[in-house]
Amino acid sequence: MMHRVEPKSVYFKVFAALMALTTLTVWVSYYDLGDFSIAAALAIAVTKALLVILFFMHVRHSPPLTRVAVAGGFLWLVILLVLTLSDYFSRGWLPSPSGW
Amino acid sequence: MAEQHSAALAHQFDDLAQQLDASTFGMWVFLITEIMFFGGLFAGYAVYRSAYPEAFAAGSLHLDIALGGFNTVVLIASSLTMALAVRAAQLGDNPAVVRFLLLTLLLGTTFLGVKVFEYHHKWVEHLVPGPAFHFDGPLAPQVQMMFCFYFAMTGMHALHMVVGVGLLVYFIAQARARRYSPDYYGPVEVMGLYWHFVDIVWIFLFPLLYLIGHRR
Repeated sequence: MMHRVEPKSVYFKVFAALMALTTLTVWVSYYDLGDFSIAAALAIAVTKALLVILFFMHVRHSPPLTRVAVAGGFLWLVILLVLTLSDYFSRGWLPSPSGW
Repeated sequence: MAEQHSAALAHQFDDLAQQLDASTFGMWVFLITEIMFFGGLFAGYAVYRSAYPEAFAAGSLHLDIALGGFNTVVLIASSLTMALAVRAAQLGDNPAVVRFLLLTLLLGTTFLGVKVFEYHHKWVEHLVPGPAFHFDGPLAPQVQMMFCFYFAMTGMHALHMVVGVGLLVYFIAQARARRYSPDYYGPVEVMGLYWHFVDIVWIFLFPLLYLIGHRR
């Protein structure tokens, strides 16, 4: 036995948490929280993704090399999103000389 | 070390643990390329949604929250059965692997069936981007853009589901032939990683596409 065999109850608890968070994300979407609506939706989705990654995908008990690779993958995803969006969102913040 | 003589050990590995770590690590490297691939779609979505928030909200109203929510539950349930299938493979319980993978297959095809129904409904409503697209009001071009993202993102996700369903059929056949044991369950583990990744993509697609139009 090389990887730890989780008790079934762990998977059922994670499933219950994912169901609860799904209900929460639907419920919260009915309220207009302004910019916090998207923040709430993303915070819930990231929490659900973390539950799946750590428990269903066994990253909680993975060797350090795998964990570093996984973390690196998401770090690069953040770079992709932040650099792209910082360009688009900051356009028009500064006046640009006409004729460019 | 007795396990060095295991029939399940490929000759290039020192031991079974290294063999398993190598296959899960390799799968994660592949999944990272998938994360970056879907990441590009999500970045494009963010740029256009921030430019046309009203159009994205208006388009989202034409997506069925009940069907999307049902599919979310179905897909998360399929991740549960997949995790239980991997656990059964770890214990070498091949009949249980077959049962849990069949359940996963059933849930996966249910998801795709609902998706076909939804796509058909969009076709009938003239909401598929292209010459037949029709949307009343001044936001029509931007709503069409929203539906481009809807079909590109859910379509790529559904394509991954179709691949996953095909893989499941293969793994069910392998488990029926009693191929898996505590020494050799790496392939099921890797299949599970793929299935859970596809689940995670949907976890983001559901709130970002279905749940943005109806707030009061």
